[in-house]
Amino acid sequence: MFVINCPYCGERDQSEFSCGGEAHIVRPKQPTELSDDEWAEYLFMRKNIKGVQFERWNHAHGCRKWFNMVRDTSNDKIHAVYKMGEKPPVI
Amino acid sequence: MTKYRINKTRFVDQTKTVSFTFDGKKYHGFEGDTLASALLSNGIHLVGRSFKYHRPRGIMSCGSEEPNAICQINDNTDLTEPNVRATEIELYEGLKASSQNCWPSLNFDIGGINNLISPFIPAGFYYKTFMWPKSFWKKIYEPLIRLSAGLGKSPTQPDPDIYDHKHEHCDVLVIGGGISGIVSAKIAAKNNLKTILIEDKNILGGSTIYQNNKNFIIDNQKSNEWLMNEISELEKLDNLIIKTRTSLAAFHSYNYLLAKENISDHLPLDKKNGSIRQRLWKIRADKVIVAAGAIERPLIFNNNDRPGIILANSVKKYLDFYGVSTGLNNIIFTNNDSAYETAVSLFEKGISVKIVDIRKKSSSNIVKNAEDLGIKIYWNSTVVNTFGYKKIKSIEIMNLSEDGSNVTGNKHKIQCDCLSISGGWTPMVHMHTQSGGKLDFREIDQVFVPTEKSENHINVGSCNGDFELEEIVKNTNNKVKKFLNINEGSFDKISVVCSKESEKKNIWLLPNTISESKTKSFIDFQNDSTAKDIKLALREGFKSIEHVKRYTTTGMATDQGKLSNMHALGIIADTAGVKMGTLGTTTFRPPFTPLTFGAIVGRSVGKFFDIVRKTSIHEWHVQNNAKFENVGQWKRPWYYPINNENLHEAVQRESKAARDSAGILDASTLGKIDIQGSDASEFLNRVYTNAWSKLGIGKCRYGLMLNEDGMVYDDGVTTRLGENHYLMTTTTGGAANVLSKLEDYLQTEWPELDVYLTSVTDHYSTASICGPNSKKILKKLFPNKDFSDEAFPHMSYQDAIIDKIECRIMRISFTGELSYEINVESKYGKSLWENCIAAGEEYKITPYGTETMHLLRAEKGFIIVGQDTDGTMTPIDLQMDWIVSKKKYDFIGKRSLYRSDTMREDRKQLVGLLTDDPNEILEEGAQIVSELDKKPVEMIGHVTSSYFSPNLNKSIALAVVKGGKKMNGQKLIVPMENKNINVTVSDFIFLDKENKRINA
Ligand SMILES: [Zn+2]
Repeated sequence: MFVINCPYCGERDQSEFSCGGEAHIVRPKQPTELSDDEWAEYLFMRKNIKGVQFERWNHAHGCRKWFNMVRDTSNDKIHAVYKMGEKPPVI
Repeated sequence: MTKYRINKTRFVDQTKTVSFTFDGKKYHGFEGDTLASALLSNGIHLVGRSFKYHRPRGIMSCGSEEPNAICQINDNTDLTEPNVRATEIELYEGLKASSQNCWPSLNFDIGGINNLISPFIPAGFYYKTFMWPKSFWKKIYEPLIRLSAGLGKSPTQPDPDIYDHKHEHCDVLVIGGGISGIVSAKIAAKNNLKTILIEDKNILGGSTIYQNNKNFIIDNQKSNEWLMNEISELEKLDNLIIKTRTSLAAFHSYNYLLAKENISDHLPLDKKNGSIRQRLWKIRADKVIVAAGAIERPLIFNNNDRPGIILANSVKKYLDFYGVSTGLNNIIFTNNDSAYETAVSLFEKGISVKIVDIRKKSSSNIVKNAEDLGIKIYWNSTVVNTFGYKKIKSIEIMNLSEDGSNVTGNKHKIQCDCLSISGGWTPMVHMHTQSGGKLDFREIDQVFVPTEKSENHINVGSCNGDFELEEIVKNTNNKVKKFLNINEGSFDKISVVCSKESEKKNIWLLPNTISESKTKSFIDFQNDSTAKDIKLALREGFKSIEHVKRYTTTGMATDQGKLSNMHALGIIADTAGVKMGTLGTTTFRPPFTPLTFGAIVGRSVGKFFDIVRKTSIHEWHVQNNAKFENVGQWKRPWYYPINNENLHEAVQRESKAARDSAGILDASTLGKIDIQGSDASEFLNRVYTNAWSKLGIGKCRYGLMLNEDGMVYDDGVTTRLGENHYLMTTTTGGAANVLSKLEDYLQTEWPELDVYLTSVTDHYSTASICGPNSKKILKKLFPNKDFSDEAFPHMSYQDAIIDKIECRIMRISFTGELSYEINVESKYGKSLWENCIAAGEEYKITPYGTETMHLLRAEKGFIIVGQDTDGTMTPIDLQMDWIVSKKKYDFIGKRSLYRSDTMREDRKQLVGLLTDDPNEILEEGAQIVSELDKKPVEMIGHVTSSYFSPNLNKSIALAVVKGGKKMNGQKLIVPMENKNINVTVSDFIFLDKENKRINA
């Protein structure tokens, strides 16, 4: 059970948050121009890394804000937390 | 005093007698006893039968590692509790305990016959034997296995006890109240850190508290005296919380720990009443110091499981802590020095004692002490057999060969009534590994010790592999200082004198003269697995420790192998010829000791199990005999039976009334989201499949929402309240998820949109009135309002006032009838509803529930998301092409509608089904086939909704069928258990396809 440092609220228990999967997958601006394969890449393909992973999290039972988090899935160490739209840190 | 209560100690109050029963017979013990020490003081060793062979078993230890003495408490009551360790239950007046696993009785056990046929029950016996013939499973094998499986009896009634949860935060949590835990807690608390010290026993002190041997001196006092003073000092510290009777259950990441406190288990029956039984502490600690101690290892030799064979340090604790002798003629069998402390204690109490040591010599102070007292020591020897059925009577010993791999010389028989065994010590690394820590193997004394890496927790004392008293105190002091950044410790100048072990020797499986297949050398005492089971598993090709463990069930009993795992590993390593450190260990999973379900759920039972949501009209439904169904957390009226009607009869009456005159439904539970902002119309364009920009103010529109994969996600009517203001409704169950999804898109994909979302589901109550007379009822309720089709057309909304209360009236329909939904602030819901009922009385307005609502919409062919769809249906599959805008450039899920897979013609598509026999009602979920002859029979679809329609006087059903769009009129079959039902594919709109009734 981690402690997550919400960029809007500060440190809170993990039970207040929900994970939204891999971060930095941008919805294509012109979906109709994409081939089936390109659209499938956006729609279905997700990494499942053992190690450092960039993830989306939502403070669902708090401020309800979405933000990004860098977490090592092998030991749950959280390397960074940053707001949506901010540049991902180099880890 | 009984024959075996030979010593007075400060821990057991021999002036306070406590009576209890064991297997129905009454006994006495004293305040301070455990059930185990009280039984031993009465000379009782035999407390249970083993799981597989039903061999007599006795108390073997004095703590949570106990494999044998597991009891049933409060037998023959509904509140009985199985699998309680006698070594951990504190004795209380009126305690009723009994042995488990014995039928018909402890002393005469029929399952014991397994012991005689045991050559036939090797590892994997169950897997091998119960494989075939297949037909034997249901009638023979399963009942047989069920009869003999499991330990103890479950209670038959709900648990009446109160359990509690509590959160706690601290700077330092110290796990374990032995000497290293006490040293750690004092250093932390004295340095102004909020410290919690937890200890699973009822008093602090660990094994040092009864260490009265003169070879262990701290600051010129015997170590137990010194520790006693330290404990009283500790109790004076303000920022230290000491929690006894509290055991650590789990150590999760980020120093989140669960600990279970026993609050009233030790109290007499009449004082337990009304008190909380157990509390689960959820602790978030800045720093954790693990001082969990070590567990003594048994030795593995032939017939090492008889009652009266007890771990050596436990024998010492029974003697020096409880004042109980486990026998009057004791033999100690050891591979290390620590058992000599037991020998000296026994000798000093006048008990006969001899020592068998596998080592060739030892020159430590404590061994010298024993020799000086004249205690007979058999060096370089091992026990090869034991005798005595219900209690040990004698042993046979032999000399070991030079390398210890064999025995030599003659057998020598020695009489005894207790055999104290010690195979060394195993550090309790459970906590460390649970938190993610790794282990190193230390060759010299064959132990796994923690690899220290974490910044947030350390291990001190014997759980860290420090076994000598001097090491324990000094290393703990230094380590804790460093860990907590403290310059001066409380124990910097301490002097410790102790006996130190120099000769070490370990043999995991002791040699014997007879062949291995004829020996019973138990490793896991609770699950009855032996050394030969492990070797058999290796011969049969199992290599991984995790596989051997499961195949032989070693370490899988309620004690989780606290005594057995190391020996299993050792024997595997020896047999396979590999180094133990390379094998790894099995996973140490929480909880450390079993937790009650009560402690896990805490107060979340009964009405607190889950939130119940009720509409403001709920009371009226209850008073009017509604039957309720759960929709998400909501209680919704399901139907309103009159005069003992059943569901079918009530629904037939309700749905007929709704079409013939008027019906009223509590629609308050529908999800409602208030949408505002200058980009609200654009936002709706992007989230719904249809176009929203041209919807006039005051108009309503049905919308279908997809997932990005093109599958239908939710639906509902949205009303435009103003230029930049909409009210969206969602399905009852989908409300929270829809809001989350919309927020997600707004925050992450379209942050440029000026849109604000507010959940208003609970803010409004909704009465939905439908039927040909609904307009007349509305006119009565709102006499000043023009309800003509011109002034108030279908799919529009108007504000109105009733009894000074503001309402929104939406003219929308989910039944196909002329229909109005009146929304008011929730607090006025019930009064609005009662007004509607009163106004509708002359038209026999009929309240209807969700079942009738489902029937009415099915007659009209309206889908219910989640019933007729399952996350694999596109709007095209549902034949709802009309709602998918071709003009809009994009909306959520649009691109997916043009994927090759979603465009397949043979996808399951929504159709109507009519049974050839109009009275036959299909079962929802039933499979649909087109041919029965071709094997295997292909399932081409399933029934999603099915009802008997009183308005059409026939059975109707909705279904999804492969390629169903083109199958109108085709005959299909719904095969059921006893018959095949013939059906015909039809249009899924069964009633009023021309939409005449909406403007009736
Ligand atoms: Zn937050």
